Amino acid sequence: MAELPRTAVAIAAAVRSGEVSAAEVLEAHLAEVDRREDEVHAFNLVTADAARAAAAAVDRRVAAGEDPGPLAGVPLALKDNLCTRGVPTSCSSRILETWCPPYDATVVERVAAAGAVPLGKTNLDEFAMGSSTENSAFGPTRNPRDTGRVPGGSSGGSAAAVAAGFAPVSLGSDTGGSIRQPAALCGVVGAKPTYGLVSRYGLVAFASSLDQIGPFAATVADAALLLEVIAGHDPMDSTSIDVPPPALGAGLDGGVAGLRVGLVSELTGEGIAPDVAARVRQAADALAAAGAEVGEVSVPATAHGLSAYYLIAPAEASSNLARYDGVRYGLRVDGATTAEMNTATRTAGFGAEVKRRIMLGTYALSAGYYDAYYGKALKVRTLVVRDFEAAYERFDLLLAPTSPTTAFRFGDKTDDPLAMYLNDVCTIPSNLAGHPAVSVPFGAGADGLPVGVQLLAPALGEATMFRAAAALEAAAPPLEEAYA
Amino acid sequence: MTLTNEPVEGEVYTVTSDATGQEWEIVVGLEVHCELATATKLFCGCPNQFGHEPNVNVCPVCLGLPGSLPVLNEQVVELAMRLGRALHCTVEPSVFARKNYFYPDMPKDYQVSQYDQPINVDGWLDLPDGTRVGIERAHIEEDTGKNTHAGGSGRIHGADYSLVDYNRAGVPLVEIVGRPHVRHPEQAKTYVDELRAILLATGASDAKMEEGSLRVDANVSVRRVGDDALGTRCEIKNLNSLRSLGRAIEYEARRQVDLLESGDRVHQETRHWDESAGRTRPGRSKEEADDYRYFQEPDLVPLAPGDDWIAAVDAALPVLPAARRDRLAGAAGVEATATAVVVAVQRDLDELALAAIEAGADGPRVLTHVEHNLAVEGAADLDPVAFARLVRMEVDGQLTATQAKTVLGEVLATGGDPEAVAAEKGFEAMDTSELEGVVEEVIAANPSEWDDFRQGDDKRRGKLQGFFVGKVMKATRGQADGKAVTALLEARRTGG
Amino acid sequence: MSDRLTRDDVAKVADLARLALSDAELDLFTEQLGAVLDHADDVAALDLSEVAPTAHPLPLINVVRDDVVRPCLDREEVLAQAPAVEDGRFRVPAILGEEP
Repeated sequence: MAELPRTAVAIAAAVRSGEVSAAEVLEAHLAEVDRREDEVHAFNLVTADAARAAAAAVDRRVAAGEDPGPLAGVPLALKDNLCTRGVPTSCSSRILETWCPPYDATVVERVAAAGAVPLGKTNLDEFAMGSSTENSAFGPTRNPRDTGRVPGGSSGGSAAAVAAGFAPVSLGSDTGGSIRQPAALCGVVGAKPTYGLVSRYGLVAFASSLDQIGPFAATVADAALLLEVIAGHDPMDSTSIDVPPPALGAGLDGGVAGLRVGLVSELTGEGIAPDVAARVRQAADALAAAGAEVGEVSVPATAHGLSAYYLIAPAEASSNLARYDGVRYGLRVDGATTAEMNTATRTAGFGAEVKRRIMLGTYALSAGYYDAYYGKALKVRTLVVRDFEAAYERFDLLLAPTSPTTAFRFGDKTDDPLAMYLNDVCTIPSNLAGHPAVSVPFGAGADGLPVGVQLLAPALGEATMFRAAAALEAAAPPLEEAYA
Repeated sequence: MTLTNEPVEGEVYTVTSDATGQEWEIVVGLEVHCELATATKLFCGCPNQFGHEPNVNVCPVCLGLPGSLPVLNEQVVELAMRLGRALHCTVEPSVFARKNYFYPDMPKDYQVSQYDQPINVDGWLDLPDGTRVGIERAHIEEDTGKNTHAGGSGRIHGADYSLVDYNRAGVPLVEIVGRPHVRHPEQAKTYVDELRAILLATGASDAKMEEGSLRVDANVSVRRVGDDALGTRCEIKNLNSLRSLGRAIEYEARRQVDLLESGDRVHQETRHWDESAGRTRPGRSKEEADDYRYFQEPDLVPLAPGDDWIAAVDAALPVLPAARRDRLAGAAGVEATATAVVVAVQRDLDELALAAIEAGADGPRVLTHVEHNLAVEGAADLDPVAFARLVRMEVDGQLTATQAKTVLGEVLATGGDPEAVAAEKGFEAMDTSELEGVVEEVIAANPSEWDDFRQGDDKRRGKLQGFFVGKVMKATRGQADGKAVTALLEARRTGG
Repeated sequence: MSDRLTRDDVAKVADLARLALSDAELDLFTEQLGAVLDHADDVAALDLSEVAPTAHPLPLINVVRDDVVRPCLDREEVLAQAPAVEDGRFRVPAILGEEP
């Protein structure tokens, strides 16, 4: 693929100008898929035929003198919890294994309208519940950097697809870190937007007040471009903010001079692997060297964020997943009565982690326990919001690790759910507050595996956040450079 | 078991035990669900229409497909507020909540409703009999789909399998929760009637029980007369008509009294009205009470209608039945609880009556006609001025009550002037001197009977009065007013 | 192992959620869920009486749409995904309980 452009920005420009055809760009990527997909298993389904038709359509439009859009000819992978009309959307669950939605998610419509070429549905932890993609009912995805290691989760497939070069960009979803954490573990860029900036219509719900769709890319510029395309008000989503899509690409190289960046003190010490912590400090230094004012800030509520999240998210999930009852679509395991059929279907169709979270959530909402668990968690959420507000009075952005460790081995944390949940400690607070955050690759850890560094911003602070992310990207040590 | 109906301060209906003579009072709280008359469903743009092919008015949202999201219909808020304000509720900022339970007619296996912050609170409804029934709340919620049961008797028990249609899923409802202020099966029916009139007047719903756009559940309990505490209540469902409502409350009251009188307790439960058997039956017993795990709906944002919107709703409210009764009663100089007033408003004839009164007609007479002689199609189109003239003729004695009724019927049927119709029928007024003349002639023609009449005892006099009135009526070919004739005879008898 | 969440609790909750658990699963989940709830003890220790809950990260209110009809789904496309269909309706086994 030496001569062909590799980034989404470059591909779109080349295809729009006629310099390169969408078809040849697609074939090059499909060839990569052929080469390594068996090993990586990023996809639940590769939709090569549909992709070829889409690429051909883009090329026809260019030939007719039309502009196919800002993502013209860009191959793109979609997390398999995004509804694609007529194409199976399984959420990596047996219960939806063969379900074909009769409609497209809003983001799917928007990327298609922008000229993108979707080439497949990527693997995830079942119903987006997990941090390693080991909870997929269809087998895990492997980290392209080291196939003995997890890619992270829940959007492991989308992260791996970009890391393996199957597509320059992909879409994932982030509820407690499910874009940022796999981005960090796979060494790519992953961003979660402000809650409400991107429509959730067509995203199979996990935890409604936390879920957001966001981009994966190999570069900050590509991630910004994709976010621009999918963001902006959607009348089909009541929680969608009434703003037009933000302009992010233009200001990317504005630099960070004068920007106040606070390193989150609670996420620098205990609980964070030393090599990760070191890379974060190095990132802080890099920003300072580029003109930012870097300091430290305490965000105490981050300590309680994990507990609150693991009550709020399962509670909402327990309700969101009730609809999988074997009546209208998906798996049905018969029973003598409807109730028996419901139970048999759900018992057979859901994996252990999903069951665990459904029960945790059901319990947290139960009569008698609501105030102690769910009710209290909502109050902790207020504390997190308040602590962020206080922090953003002194700083424009916050800096933290994305994941406490680099990619772990398969099976390392599957016996201990709590240990698995701890992977999300750096990412969860942003979801609770509804704030944007981005993970940027910043060198390798002690084991040579990618480390991601996280920038956090206040609500609708994407422009500043991406600008700083670009600066970090420019200063980042290459992955190949050994950790010292 | 005897039922006594003893009006005590409003109406009190008591059930008296034959065995102990203990009097029991019935306490009823009604929950009414109304389908709102919007073009589309609560959270999606599917048509809100009755009676189509199954599963054609559906979309990802009302089917609850994975990834779908609700968006609130503005007209639902408008109608809910109209209804709330018509019931004197306070409109509050509100949120939506999920009520979680599994049932096949529920596409999401949770219902979006309002729980601890409903849109309308603390209102009331004034009944024609003067009772004020408190309205605890009137909140917005979505309707479920419809199950039909196949195999067996077509009812749920004994069915082999069921079929589900989601056309109705997501239709907007307002649930009106009345406080337990109803004391009487008839009163319960009146409450529903009054509510229906309000729903129609505000345009909020077409409120048809037979089509399911108005559904009534009754919470019934009993207590000894004089007790303040409420007894254990049972919720009665499957009431498909007003008649069922009344019958079910009566049955349930007796059932509970029987239980309590025999030393048993009433178990709090849901019961179903069996129309053909004329009794309530317990629902299937559940091992545990349902735990609905209510929590705020995260896919919707809070609702806080601004003061301008509420003011606009208030300004646009039509005159409601209670106000119409008050208005008519005031104009006619009678009580608002008078049957004629109630009937006039029910039949939408109050505007007519008011106009007639305004044109100078005697209020009570107008009301009498409305109550007894205007229960016909097109009565509202009667010209109020003509009506007023007719009533004037009657009050002046030119027409008897019977004649007036006939003239009225004719005027209604064919239009036309009451004077002309009266003349055509020969109902011309007999003036008093003419009548006196006829009375003298009849007296002169029957001297011995007249002596008897003057001197006889009450009984004899009564009989002879009838004799003389009859003679005068015959002589005037029925045109004399019986009362006038009687008065003349009496005056003649006493005055000489 | 937490003693706040009992095996019975888990069994009841599984029932509410229409999940059938084996004995082994019941034991395992009781332990695992207990551990998660124990971890939430840090929250239990906080005095949150003066703190209002945040149900939602957004300050949005009054999001509504016009009462205008939009196209519905094609029934065939919908029913094609259904496990069992009869007469244009979704077919399910006998329903025992009544609508709550």
